[in-house]
Amino acid sequence: MNACRAYDHLGVLLSTLATSMILAAAEGHEDAGGFHTPSLSDFFPSAIAFGDTIFQIDRIWIIRVVATIVLLTVFIVAARRAKVVPGRFQAAVEYLLDFVRVQIVEEIMGKERAKRYVPMLTTIFFTILAFNLTGVIPGLNLAATSRIGVPLLLALWVFVTYWYAGIQKHGLGGYLKANLFPPGVPWPIYFILTPIELLQILVIRPGSLMVRLVANMVAGHIMLVLCFAATQFFLIDSAGTGLMAFGALTLPAGIFVTLFEVLVGFLQAYIFALLAAVYINMSLEEEH
Amino acid sequence: MAARASAATILAATEEPEGIDLFLPAGYDLLWSAVVLVIIAVAFYRYVLPPMNKVLDERAAQIEGGIKKAEEAQAQADKALEEQERLLVEARTEAAQVREEARAEGSAIIKDLKAKANEEAARITETAHRQIEAERQAAAVSLRSEVGALATDLASKIVGESLEDSARQSRVVDRFLDELEASEGAAASNGAVPAGSSKEA
Repeated sequence: MNACRAYDHLGVLLSTLATSMILAAAEGHEDAGGFHTPSLSDFFPSAIAFGDTIFQIDRIWIIRVVATIVLLTVFIVAARRAKVVPGRFQAAVEYLLDFVRVQIVEEIMGKERAKRYVPMLTTIFFTILAFNLTGVIPGLNLAATSRIGVPLLLALWVFVTYWYAGIQKHGLGGYLKANLFPPGVPWPIYFILTPIELLQILVIRPGSLMVRLVANMVAGHIMLVLCFAATQFFLIDSAGTGLMAFGALTLPAGIFVTLFEVLVGFLQAYIFALLAAVYINMSLEEEH
Repeated sequence: MAARASAATILAATEEPEGIDLFLPAGYDLLWSAVVLVIIAVAFYRYVLPPMNKVLDERAAQIEGGIKKAEEAQAQADKALEEQERLLVEARTEAAQVREEARAEGSAIIKDLKAKANEEAARITETAHRQIEAERQAAAVSLRSEVGALATDLASKIVGESLEDSARQSRVVDRFLDELEASEGAAASNGAVPAGSSKEA
């Protein structure tokens, strides 16, 4: 590995940080040797069992199972041991549950309407949170939400829920009329507005929920791998050369990105649950 | 950068997944995601949220109950205090009334006793007067006879004549007595008169 090639890597690294992660990942993949470049194939790990069938088990499957077990253990143990006077553990779990109930659902929907949707949005929030945080847990190192399956099904759940809520409240006609032909708009505008609104409630809302989550997790993973792979390359593989100095940059960057990913994990779970609450609430609004 | 151009050609040649694949779900991905999500959802809906909510409701109920109980206790205490004050005022009024009554009764008794005592005193005085009068009359009667005998005796001794003749005797006595009575008025100023007059007789 000569200095020139190393410079090329650095160029890729910097351009990656500056521009598109995914493109950079694809670019870097050609390089062999000590520098493991993040690539899209990270999100499609090879099968461990039942390869190429619908029952295929791979790394992400394991990560999801582990995350599920941990999540359910924490919450079921807390619920089983729940007492009127809480201990520290219960207080912490209650704080999280209260956060979802009060800060997300009741904030958006109001206390009365919230009751029916609190369990659903709590489930969504904690599933996403647990699956996001696997991205920074050593040994798992990949967000379980970084492959489309989970976000897609969650978005589908939200989609079905807000359609069902709207139709139940206003009837199919009433729901469509309220959403596609908002009052107070001059009629020619409907030619533009109606298709956009239809696209909104059919595709954009669930699609954006899903894509936002996956893209964030994919990008986060690539950033993490990039930082740590670069650190590995600069500090270990290039040991003794002047390139080690770059390690002083990439290692703190990796730590920063790790912490950043924890934040993003919380944030994405929050945003997903919040927007789901908003969408459901929009279906329940009176004529607007 | 040269790397970018070569990356594109290599990408096309290998089985490297393309960006769009990230958003195209595979069957197995959906299957296992659904399994995992159903498990989580069932666990949350059945085993996590209901017990937690129960505990929260219980806590809320206990807090509410505690507040209510405290309010009740406060109200009870207020009532008890009020009752106590009322009783105290009542007792004070009653005591004052009793004192007043006692005073009135006392003064009535004293007045009554005074009246009774006066009456008694008057009665006793009168009785004494009457007794004195009676005694005086008795003394006068007995004196009259005794003095008569005595005087006769004395006179007979002095005169030396027998006064056995009753008519004479009676006459002499009466005369003596009349003299005596007549001289009584003078006797008040001069005690020696009766003795002198008896000597004269």
